[in-house]
Amino acid sequence: MHDPWIDRLSEYLDDELSPAERAALEEHLGSCAECAAALADLERVVARVASLEDRPPERDLWPGIAARIAAAGAPAEPQVIELPTRVHAPSRRFSFTAGQLVAAALALVFLSGGAVWLLRQPPGPSVAAGSVPTTSVAETSFVSLTTWNSYDAAVAELERVLDLHRERLDSATVRVVEENLRIIDAAIEEARRALEADPANSYLNGHLVDNMQRKLELLRRVATLANAAT
Amino acid sequence: MGVAYQVDQAYQVITGTRDRDVASASLDRADAAAAARGDTRAFERIYARHVARIHSLARRMIGPEEADDATQEVFVRAWTKIASFRGDAAFGTWLHRLAINVLLGRRASLATHRGRFIEADAAFTTVAARPPSTELRMDFETAVERLPSGARQVLVLHDVEGYKHEEIADMLGISIGTSKSQLHRARMALREHLDR
Repeated sequence: MHDPWIDRLSEYLDDELSPAERAALEEHLGSCAECAAALADLERVVARVASLEDRPPERDLWPGIAARIAAAGAPAEPQVIELPTRVHAPSRRFSFTAGQLVAAALALVFLSGGAVWLLRQPPGPSVAAGSVPTTSVAETSFVSLTTWNSYDAAVAELERVLDLHRERLDSATVRVVEENLRIIDAAIEEARRALEADPANSYLNGHLVDNMQRKLELLRRVATLANAAT
Repeated sequence: MGVAYQVDQAYQVITGTRDRDVASASLDRADAAAAARGDTRAFERIYARHVARIHSLARRMIGPEEADDATQEVFVRAWTKIASFRGDAAFGTWLHRLAINVLLGRRASLATHRGRFIEADAAFTTVAARPPSTELRMDFETAVERLPSGARQVLVLHDVEGYKHEEIADMLGISIGTSKSQLHRARMALREHLDR
């Protein structure tokens, strides 16, 4: 015999039952193992659906789009699109693309500036809170940093920081850091060159970001050492 | 607040979501403005940032067979209308709304030409009644894609995209009750594809 309450479980989950219905269903759940198990499953289904990963198409669609927009000509005049606003949409994950690469460039500009500041301070326990520039990454303008030149400048700055830091860190550590940076920079440069020919290639974008993440991780470790040395 | 803290903050640009969203939104605004002036390279960068999400939405809304073509149509439409993006909302939101419009239009067209959008019980059970043996069990994403189209669209719009039943009913031209029942049936069908 079909349990009619089982058809109301999604409404219960979505808080769409009246108070009386909700109370009655909750009482029913206490004595119906089938409905209780179904409810537990539905909760997992909702969570699983909300966490579905976005993934790119298997083939690059840009050439077809480029051909069609070339035929279409310049963008048309404004036209408003009206659709309901999403009210409780879950935050969606981004895959790493060129956008994140530029964000990474900003990160390097920002943190290398901070590192320079730290290394230029006299030795001793004078790393006072408030002395460090307090602008957060989120508050920083990203728009002005949309070129790779910023990233190149950040790399150069970081290398200069490491030169300044050489005296404070163990020489073996510096060698390891420099060797790792050399390897990572080579990989980054290789990926960048490949991306110039194929800028929408998701694999290359991911490869590039992976290496930039490595660089940031390495930098984080060096920064920790730097703090410990001051 | 030392360098390590600042590095942590910067690191979140790569590994976190909030700051990355901020970065992406700022890049989108700059590239959208350039694209509106006819810069196709800027538009290609927009494509690279958003194609995964748009293609995933298309795949889930109208199925994997149509997803490539629909995604291209979304971006072509975005190119022709990009001057209407004023920056009042995030570019991703603007593009997403445009994509929903395009996909709903294609859904109506597909329904007319193919007669595929029939919510027969038999069609529904292709997902729900499949024996969950280890070798035959499809992954969860595939199970979502194989739901009957109506139920799948309601599920995606409600549980992935966050629309309310009232909005979904209006968008799909169905009753609120139908939207609720389709959602429940879709969820129940997907129970079989949870990892145990």
